[in-house]
Amino acid sequence: MSKILIRGAKVLGGEPQDVLIEGETIAGVGTGLSAEGAEVVEAEGKVLLPGLVDLHTHLREPGREDSETVLTGTRAAASGGYTAVFAMANTFPVADTAGVVEQVWRLGREHGYCDVQPIGAVTVGLEGKKLAELGAMHESAAGVTVFSDDGKCVDDAVIMRRALEYVKAFGGVVAQHAQEPRLTEGAQMNEGVVSAELGLGGWPAVAEESIIARDVLLAEHVGSRVHICHLSTAGSVEIVRWAKSRGIDVTAEVTPHHLLLTDELVRSYNPVYKVNPPLRTERDVTALREALADGTIDIVATDHAPHPHEDKDCEWAAAAMGMVGLETALSVVQETMVDTGLLDWAGVADRMSYKPARIGRATGHGRPLEAGEPANLTLVDTAYRGPVNPAGFASRSRNTPYEGRELPGRVTHTWLRGKATLVDGKLA
Amino acid sequence: MQRHLISAADLTRDDAVLILDTAEEMARVADRPIKKLPTLRGRTVVNLFFEDSTRTRISFEAAEKRLSADVINFSAKGSSVSKGESLKDTAQTLEAMGVDAVVIRHGASGAPYTLANSGWIDAAVINAGDGTHQHPTQALLDAFTMRRRLVGRDAGLGRDLAGKRITIVGDVLHSRVARSNVDLLHTLGAEVTLVAPPTLLPVGIGSWPCEVSYDLDSTLPKADAVMMLRVQRERMNAAFFPTEREYARRYGLDADRMAKMPADAIVMHPGPMVRGMEITAEVADSDRCTAIEQVANGVSIRMAVLYLLLGGNEPAVGQARPSVHQQPSDRRPAHTVSTDEEK
Repeated sequence: MSKILIRGAKVLGGEPQDVLIEGETIAGVGTGLSAEGAEVVEAEGKVLLPGLVDLHTHLREPGREDSETVLTGTRAAASGGYTAVFAMANTFPVADTAGVVEQVWRLGREHGYCDVQPIGAVTVGLEGKKLAELGAMHESAAGVTVFSDDGKCVDDAVIMRRALEYVKAFGGVVAQHAQEPRLTEGAQMNEGVVSAELGLGGWPAVAEESIIARDVLLAEHVGSRVHICHLSTAGSVEIVRWAKSRGIDVTAEVTPHHLLLTDELVRSYNPVYKVNPPLRTERDVTALREALADGTIDIVATDHAPHPHEDKDCEWAAAAMGMVGLETALSVVQETMVDTGLLDWAGVADRMSYKPARIGRATGHGRPLEAGEPANLTLVDTAYRGPVNPAGFASRSRNTPYEGRELPGRVTHTWLRGKATLVDGKLA
Repeated sequence: MQRHLISAADLTRDDAVLILDTAEEMARVADRPIKKLPTLRGRTVVNLFFEDSTRTRISFEAAEKRLSADVINFSAKGSSVSKGESLKDTAQTLEAMGVDAVVIRHGASGAPYTLANSGWIDAAVINAGDGTHQHPTQALLDAFTMRRRLVGRDAGLGRDLAGKRITIVGDVLHSRVARSNVDLLHTLGAEVTLVAPPTLLPVGIGSWPCEVSYDLDSTLPKADAVMMLRVQRERMNAAFFPTEREYARRYGLDADRMAKMPADAIVMHPGPMVRGMEITAEVADSDRCTAIEQVANGVSIRMAVLYLLLGGNEPAVGQARPSVHQQPSDRRPAHTVSTDEEK
């Protein structure tokens, strides 16, 4: 059985400790562990975290392999410190049948860089009209537990209610992309001071908040849990906070980009800043950071959305929405949450590993760093600071809003069940 | 002056006054039997129109031809653009053919900005209207018309619009004309009031350098100029207002309302007018309505912009010859236009 000794790592940012991996499992955590027969990884000064879990990734396969594949996407995930990603259903064909989710799941297993847990569509073809075979997807080899029409909102209140109720039978959860469609027809950016000046179609905060308000009330009424994708406004935070105070079983995610960037960037008309939901205001950014710190927002999810170059090298209106995020997420979280003092590394482990794994029922991920647990680990050089260089991305796409921006932190090693997927910053 | 003209907000007061003064010189050319200057001889200007706009395209074309530029008209309809060619490829194709300036009209807000700043081309970019963002030459021709009427053709030279009260009425939300005018008129010292039903004003308008009112009648007595914006009938299908008649009753300019304006105040319209909607035929055809003058002034303004962007930094053609007209030295623009063909 292979042995790896990670020596002197700050486990969850705490005191330096050694962590011994044997085979697929953590064999021991302590000081002065024996290196006998083990490959040693010197980790002095670095922070050891549980392997990160992304509840919101677009891997684009099948259908848009020009922007990403399961292979390139999971390599990007490993580079960013992830050991499990949840792959969104808006592929071509849509992941609304057992066949498609099993294919995606199997590709992830075969490549071996990162576990891929497919998300199933809530409705057939993401059309919001007819429930997809949620039970069949759950019973498939992929074992789907998270369902989402992400990219589109399940806006029909009755369909949403039924979906929330139906998945209770097998412990599933509906992840809602909260976007009232009529209020966002032709929407191009956050509606406010900047959109008024730029003459770009406004995307009002209320289009997100009204759906979240409706859905937490629906979840309360039918006694289901509901997850809110990429929450982006201060008002949404208030609604989720209120819902949690009432005991409603709601969880919410925020993306790294909504923790850092604002709609002022759209003044450049550079489509790299075009994303759904749109970049909001400084006030929203502040509220999102505080909500992530106090637990109102449960997790960070990347909404990694690869697009080919030509879909971003054009005028704003013609550009696709979305940004890649897997390889920069931890750096952005360090910049916005850790280096600002809002969250410690144990908090990062909670928001980026434990809780997303729990929401998605990803067994074997998001586990404590203790003997006997699966060796899904991420080692981070938190002292590093440098410019983001998209040319070095493992992702097939380069649509990052951070090109050239100095960010802290660099993932140097990732282990998936004891097998190194990233060594010294290079994919294994 | 900058290398491109993308937004009225990019113009300083001095830039704007220089353009207006230069346009007055250009206007004098139009009064001559031979309306042509050699200034842009050998330069190529392409009118790149992704959106139909016969008026604006013809106005630019007239300006370009009066300056002796070689003109290429490119309409997206029936071209490779309708077959999926990107703005980038189109721009680079034109660049390869050696154009000196691109006059672009595009349905997407920001397309001219992207064209000018993407590194795709080197040519000067002139925005001829982008989405609901900007239409800077429209704002310039409007300011030119106001200065002539409210300050005076000769008295206005070198001057801005300080203290003039301008009311702009209509579909501000979807209007690049309104945005450009607010920016430019503010730069020129005018006081702007926007009037519209609340549905046709953008959220976030509070940061604009102007007043906002929902009530047309109360603004009319103190307006030096009232600019009526076109309101598309289709807007009522999206519930921006209940009916055409209700819009006309509350926000249309008819003879009764015009009578509330000061005696020397003018009525403006960027065209095309929807008679019976935002303006009655009686008002549109009255002496106080400057719609036709605006069209004529548009050619002078576009000549001035093309001249200043393309020729303004080089010595005028035929230096030995006198300029179009002599101005008092303190008002003389930095650049003068020669008339060597006409002498």
